Amino acid sequence: MSAAADTAEALQDYAHPERLVTTEWLAEHLDDPDVVVAESDEDVLLYETGHIPGAVKIDWHSDLNDPVARDYVDAESFARLMAAKGISRDTTIVFYGDNFNWWAAYALWVTSLFGHPDARLLDGGRQKWIAEGRELTTDLPRPGPAHYPQVERNDTRIRAFRDEVLAHARGGGRLVDVRSPGEYSGELLHMPDYPQEGALRGGHIPGASNVPWKTAANEDGTFKDAAELRRIYLEELGLGGPNEIVAYCRIGERSSHTWFVLTHLLGLERVRNYDGSWVEWGNAVGVPIERPGQPVRPPL
Amino acid sequence: MSAAAPLPGRLDEIVEAFTDLPRDVKLELLLDYANRLPPLPERYAANRDSLERVHECQTPFFVATEVEDGHVRLHFDAPDESPTTRGFAGILHAGLDGEPPDDVLAVPADFSARLGLNEAVSPLRLRGIAAILGVVQRQVRTQTRQSPVSTQH
Repeated sequence: MSAAADTAEALQDYAHPERLVTTEWLAEHLDDPDVVVAESDEDVLLYETGHIPGAVKIDWHSDLNDPVARDYVDAESFARLMAAKGISRDTTIVFYGDNFNWWAAYALWVTSLFGHPDARLLDGGRQKWIAEGRELTTDLPRPGPAHYPQVERNDTRIRAFRDEVLAHARGGGRLVDVRSPGEYSGELLHMPDYPQEGALRGGHIPGASNVPWKTAANEDGTFKDAAELRRIYLEELGLGGPNEIVAYCRIGERSSHTWFVLTHLLGLERVRNYDGSWVEWGNAVGVPIERPGQPVRPPL
Repeated sequence: MSAAAPLPGRLDEIVEAFTDLPRDVKLELLLDYANRLPPLPERYAANRDSLERVHECQTPFFVATEVEDGHVRLHFDAPDESPTTRGFAGILHAGLDGEPPDDVLAVPADFSARLGLNEAVSPLRLRGIAAILGVVQRQVRTQTRQSPVSTQH
């Protein structure tokens, strides 16, 4: 059974408030048998230094990615992972992590590819939990036995592949590039401070709007309130309506954060995350690239 | 992997300790190195501007290298919230602190591959350790006025 939604007033203006929980709610649900808390971090050792009591670790790289193909795990591996973490199909998963919940949002998005019914984010993530002086432990949980069915991954609804993105760009579809302005313009071939995830070409997918992921976040790691998010993404950027939107970044984690905002906080129904992102596009041969003040090359 | 030349300092022992461990135990060992990284000496702690920042690391990370009486002294600083980076620094410190400059310069840029951490840590995250090593070697070279053997990556 899934847990009841967090009824905190601050969440109720979002389109799908049931997709977020506050630190207060989580503190009261640590022993709730319907809830499994999962930490997903950029730093692979951070969980071991201390985590929310009872939380399991789900590593974006070693748990969610296939060890050989550049792709996510298959139905069998996903089912095995979930069962090992004590998660059943009707469990409420609450993801949280470091760095503004980037990887938590990414893990939630991957979980959504498998259609897990109830996956939520801890608003403010690890940062807010710690800032509030809440308990951490290094004790490892012993998840009880759980059964998780093998459910095929559905890559057609919220995930976009390169050729689909190319067709989308040619058709004038909306694209949101959530990288920093320097990456978007092509001055930087990587994110500031992350040169190891570079590409051979700089710039952006033709027609993409640049809205850095952090636009949606407060300094304490929480999401901006609904009115502010509506103003930024719906009014100023003009997103919305029935048309598909594709979000991308560099490897798909920052854009998972924006995907979460557009899909769950603003209620847009056709948002896809292009997880190949710039590491694929900026290294692919012959795809069109745009830089400010220059014609798209090769032409769309 | 082809047979590689032995690594300088205590790095060979460290690599050996990592080899053949199950994934979880490798991570525990890496965390041990993170916890064992000595704090900065006061003269640096009070004056972090005198340290060089390693921009290739995903977190703020600083290095100061000293060459004294033919021995290299390594000083690292990384935040507690970045245990993986601290762990890499801890390995370099445990393996190379106090060694002669030539030995420090002899560590191959791809030595981190020998730790067998690709599966446990991900290749992406491992590139940080190569970057730290690169800065250490450049600082040692500057202080011993040796020209680089090769700067090609």
